[in-house]
Amino acid sequence: MFHFPSWTLTIRDTAGLLVGGGLLYVIVIVTFGFSPMTTDVGYQPTQPVPFSHAIHAGELGIDCRYCHNTVEKAGHAAIPPTATCMNCHGMIHTESEKLELVRESAKTGEAIPWVRVHDLPDYAFFNHAAHLAAGVGCSSCHGRIDHMETVFQKEPLSMGWCLDCHRNPEPHIRPVDQITNMAWENDADLGAKILAERGIEPNQNCSTCHR
Amino acid sequence: MSLERVMPVGLDNTSDDPSGRQALIVNNNTYESITEKVCGVVEDPRIDKRWLAMFIVALGGLGMLFSLIVYLIATGVGVWGNNMPVAWGWPIVNFVFWVGIGHAGTLISAILFLLRQDWRTSINRFAEAMTIFAVVCAGTFPGIHVGRIWLAYWLFPIPNQMLMWPNFRSPLLWDVFAVSTYASVSTVFWYMGMIPDIATIRDRAKHPLRRLAYGVLALGWRQNARAWHRYEKAYGILAGLATPLVLSVHTIVSFDFAVSQLPGWHTTIFPPYFVAGAIFSGFAMVVTLAVPARAMYGMKDIITMRHLENMNKVILATGMMVGYAYAMEFFIAWYGGNRYEQFAFINRATGPYFWAYWIMVSCNVLSPQVFWFKKARTSIPIMMVVAILVNIGMWFERFVITVTSLSRDFMPSSWGYFKPTLVDIGMLVGSFGLFFTLFLLFLRFLPMIAMAEVKTVMNRPKQEESAERPEMAASLN
Repeated sequence: MFHFPSWTLTIRDTAGLLVGGGLLYVIVIVTFGFSPMTTDVGYQPTQPVPFSHAIHAGELGIDCRYCHNTVEKAGHAAIPPTATCMNCHGMIHTESEKLELVRESAKTGEAIPWVRVHDLPDYAFFNHAAHLAAGVGCSSCHGRIDHMETVFQKEPLSMGWCLDCHRNPEPHIRPVDQITNMAWENDADLGAKILAERGIEPNQNCSTCHR
Repeated sequence: MSLERVMPVGLDNTSDDPSGRQALIVNNNTYESITEKVCGVVEDPRIDKRWLAMFIVALGGLGMLFSLIVYLIATGVGVWGNNMPVAWGWPIVNFVFWVGIGHAGTLISAILFLLRQDWRTSINRFAEAMTIFAVVCAGTFPGIHVGRIWLAYWLFPIPNQMLMWPNFRSPLLWDVFAVSTYASVSTVFWYMGMIPDIATIRDRAKHPLRRLAYGVLALGWRQNARAWHRYEKAYGILAGLATPLVLSVHTIVSFDFAVSQLPGWHTTIFPPYFVAGAIFSGFAMVVTLAVPARAMYGMKDIITMRHLENMNKVILATGMMVGYAYAMEFFIAWYGGNRYEQFAFINRATGPYFWAYWIMVSCNVLSPQVFWFKKARTSIPIMMVVAILVNIGMWFERFVITVTSLSRDFMPSSWGYFKPTLVDIGMLVGSFGLFFTLFLLFLRFLPMIAMAEVKTVMNRPKQEESAERPEMAASLN
């Protein structure tokens, strides 16, 4: 006849096993659920040209809109064409090895194959202009780009992350003239005031993004 | 004890004599002979040729179902005959059909238990097995009916990175909860009821592997009074819980239709009508399975003619309820004065699917009427024919409700005609393969009759009586 070991018969004796199993379960769930593998946070591909935001936006203090010039008017924030690079690099660092590909692109007209870091699925229609007009600054979603040697994904860009802000926008709103100010410190009270003054109510329905 | 006169033990236990109670188990069976018979099926080392032949056929059907599912997922739901007015075709018809089949098992084990119907003991085990296997078949269809099967887990309310939850106002979501609860509760009910019998097999097992397998399944069951006391209590509570469950599950399935606005679907009679239909089709399936099983495994004295007759009475009663519902739908269509509803029902009886409607009526309403006669109720060939007709008729009932209502509704510009494809047909046939594969495995490896329960309703065998209680035996003589 088959016997179960007596220690299996009471909860008290198996409590250790249950607690240990529960802990292991929580650890596994947290490790994998919050890992960058799941959320894409920290995604930092190598780019064809070693472009440094830290130099251009940080040290040189170029405004974001000099290169990403459609960001206030269009849904899509443009990657600058080679011509924008050549505005300066036609004269500066003309012999630099790092810029070899840029010069070649300018000569042949072939686009530089930049690797997209912030990649939303095509069924989610994000609009840059709408967010900038409402007073959402670059750094709120992209982090301190002016400190990044190579751009990486700062936030998960998940739907829950989007909705968190649409449901509670106050801490993320700033005056529109400060949107490209990377050093700006967000302030929930000021945000609330701006929202109230301008009557901004973020949408939460499906058709806002999933058109 | 002596107040109830027990009728003399004979082979025919179908006559009702108000002066006494008919034996449910005939042919001088003793406790030992019941155990020998039921365990003998499981313990027989030889493989029955008939069983093997049926099993191979069933496996073939299962293989076809699985390959068709793979084909479906790889290609898309367009491999079915579903079109735009009729977006719910055979998969949903089959789903409701199988869920309905699955309800007789719980009815027999739970509701008849609450009503203290002793005749349930001989048939409840494999009726419950039938329930579970039918629910497996049923659960397959809504699972694959969605176009993107890999997102089906979105139906469950799990916290997620989208901050999204299912919409709790859809009866299709209630289906998820109803069917998954029903499947789990019936499995627990079935398994719990089986533990004492598995323990019997364990105790009789000679091979150590069998001892281990059945020992694990028996969960260390000992035949002591405290365990039995708790077992009976738990069984009663589960029966009490399963009863509202069985009614609500098929009610929820009926809500899939009744909650919509479609003429022919939007009807308040659907919940009780569907439940009656489920019991009807379920009992027909039990008869269809019990008759060959009792012959094949020599269980004719445990599943007696009286059991079959009682089931036929239930089939007659629920068949009449279903017939009443058919009539009432037509009456309300006329009485309600809604042109769309009137058209929907005239379309059922005389439209392009008139043949399906009249197959349904003749199988479900007319064929059980023969059961008014005892000769028909106790005749094996007649009851087999009627039971199979009822199964066919109840499949057509779901087909008629689903397809005829969808194919012609409010706007004539969106009328269509549904034609099944080979994939539709193959999946229906394949689902029988899945069902019979599981059912045949059950017959071979688990006790098909609840021995422990049957023994509580037997005539106490004479020799034991006199051995244990000589004074009682003397007073009876």
